[in-house]
Amino acid sequence: MSLEIVDSCVSCHACYDVCPSNAIEMSALQKHFVIDPKKCTECEGDYADPQCASICPIEETILNASGIPINPLGSLTGIPPEKMEEVMREIQAR
Amino acid sequence: MELNVVSEEAPVSSAGGCASSSCGSTDDQLSHLPDAIREKVHNHPCYSEEAHHYFARMHVAVAPACNIQCHYCNRKYDCSNESRPGVVSELLTPEEAVMKTKAVAANIPQMTVLGIAGPGDPLANPERTFATFRMLSEQTPDIKLCVSTNGLALPDCVEELSKHNIDHVTITINTVDPDIGAQIYPWIYWNNRRIYGVKGAKILIEQQQKGLEMLTERGILVKVNSVMIPGVNDQHLKEVSRIVKAKGAFLHNVMPLIAEAEHGTFYGVMGQRGPEPDELQALQDECAGDMNMMRHCRQCRADAVGLLGEDRGEEFTLDKIAEMNVDYGKAMKVRAEVHAGIAEELAEKQAKKARLVTPDEPLRKGHQRPVLMAVATSGQGVINQHFGHATEFLVYEASHTGVRFIGHRKVDQYCIGGDTCGEKESALSGSIRALAGCEVVLCAKIGFEPWEQLETAGIKPNGEHAMEPIDDAILEVYQEMIESGALDAAPLHLSHASA
Repeated sequence: MSLEIVDSCVSCHACYDVCPSNAIEMSALQKHFVIDPKKCTECEGDYADPQCASICPIEETILNASGIPINPLGSLTGIPPEKMEEVMREIQAR
Repeated sequence: MELNVVSEEAPVSSAGGCASSSCGSTDDQLSHLPDAIREKVHNHPCYSEEAHHYFARMHVAVAPACNIQCHYCNRKYDCSNESRPGVVSELLTPEEAVMKTKAVAANIPQMTVLGIAGPGDPLANPERTFATFRMLSEQTPDIKLCVSTNGLALPDCVEELSKHNIDHVTITINTVDPDIGAQIYPWIYWNNRRIYGVKGAKILIEQQQKGLEMLTERGILVKVNSVMIPGVNDQHLKEVSRIVKAKGAFLHNVMPLIAEAEHGTFYGVMGQRGPEPDELQALQDECAGDMNMMRHCRQCRADAVGLLGEDRGEEFTLDKIAEMNVDYGKAMKVRAEVHAGIAEELAEKQAKKARLVTPDEPLRKGHQRPVLMAVATSGQGVINQHFGHATEFLVYEASHTGVRFIGHRKVDQYCIGGDTCGEKESALSGSIRALAGCEVVLCAKIGFEPWEQLETAGIKPNGEHAMEPIDDAILEVYQEMIESGALDAAPLHLSHASA
């Protein structure tokens, strides 16, 4: 049972500071933070919510044990995903 | 007859009267403050409009984590060509930050202030932030330390802040109303939960207000920053200004929202506009009352280095500072000499102004309309920059009561990034657009082509006052405009627009 950080991580350290299990470390290879699956408890017994996923500012960066993003697109910024796509298409077209 | 040079906290009402009790008697934006506070801020470029022409500041990016989300911020973006808060190129450890601070202090002796401003929230990174402050207060005692914060963790940090002798704190307070807060802050991280909407905003507001009170009780100087978001908090900021002033904040800095779709922020993508320069100025004037308003803020990056408006960060990257062997003891001696030299220059300037001041007598019976003038300067309070080299212009208002600083206009505001890089409009048309509303632009030199285009746009270029003090030159040009009858007609740019 472990969460996972994927490569959209911006290395802001926020999760690293709040993990109760010291399961998060900087990966020199991947150049962002990663979760040690042997140490991660998903905060069970410590907190109601997994801490890394409660502070991470980047959507779709922390996955649950089934590989599903805990913070899906639009859930943290409030930007509807279709609006984001539309605006990015406009910028590309310029 | 000479005109007074009035301070920026002495607003001139449209009727031509003076709204401030200190009008005409002050010569310095900070003069209404108690001596103890003036002593703390006289050489702080972010707090003193006068000082920002002479003294430099730097930020060290040791605080990447954040505990809230603001709709004007995007934690993903990092572009070295972009300048706005929350953006950095290189994150530093506390040890690296100390090394960089010493290198900058030795090479830019007019650097007096070291701030920690992000790229996240400094107080959401207490270990890294306070480790940096601890080392700096021991090793570089001639540098002032300051910190800025969103305020959420502030009450928990006040004790620690007062221990490190950090006497300047900036709190960003955009609202005191949770319903408005929910339109600015989608969530906060609080007591180990992510809390959304009005509930989160309410906690943030309570923490900010509590932190402000705790700091002022302890005699720590507090500046309040507010981002003006048209249609969201613009009218409300007048109330914010009144409240924070009553609680002891000594300076209020209302800044324009920066929102471009390319930044990927909520406001940028959703099309929220920022304020026009005249809207910002009107709100700053309304918030002013008898409170000190700050108008020279450049909303700099969390790793900026140099005078406000310039960024010399590129000269002090980690690999470059590794090769600089700084003897800080020696550097401190040089720095002290440079600071004394600047103090002398400023004192001379003050004395000269004092001699020029005439009592509250208007220049002419029947008030002349005020005129906005733009100035190209690279510091020292003089007109010393070529028009084509200016990346920003300082804007002043000349009126029958004198000259007051209004704000700055950036030329190439932000890198628009990615595929669109290199397709920017020409620098010249960008400059002309940035000068909207100004009738004169004062610079050290200017080429033929921009001269013509400026005149066509109704802005009169003037290179006759190179190397002269800004205030003096503006007064002289204003006097000339009065005498030539130029002010009897409507502003040129308006008559052009209607022609």
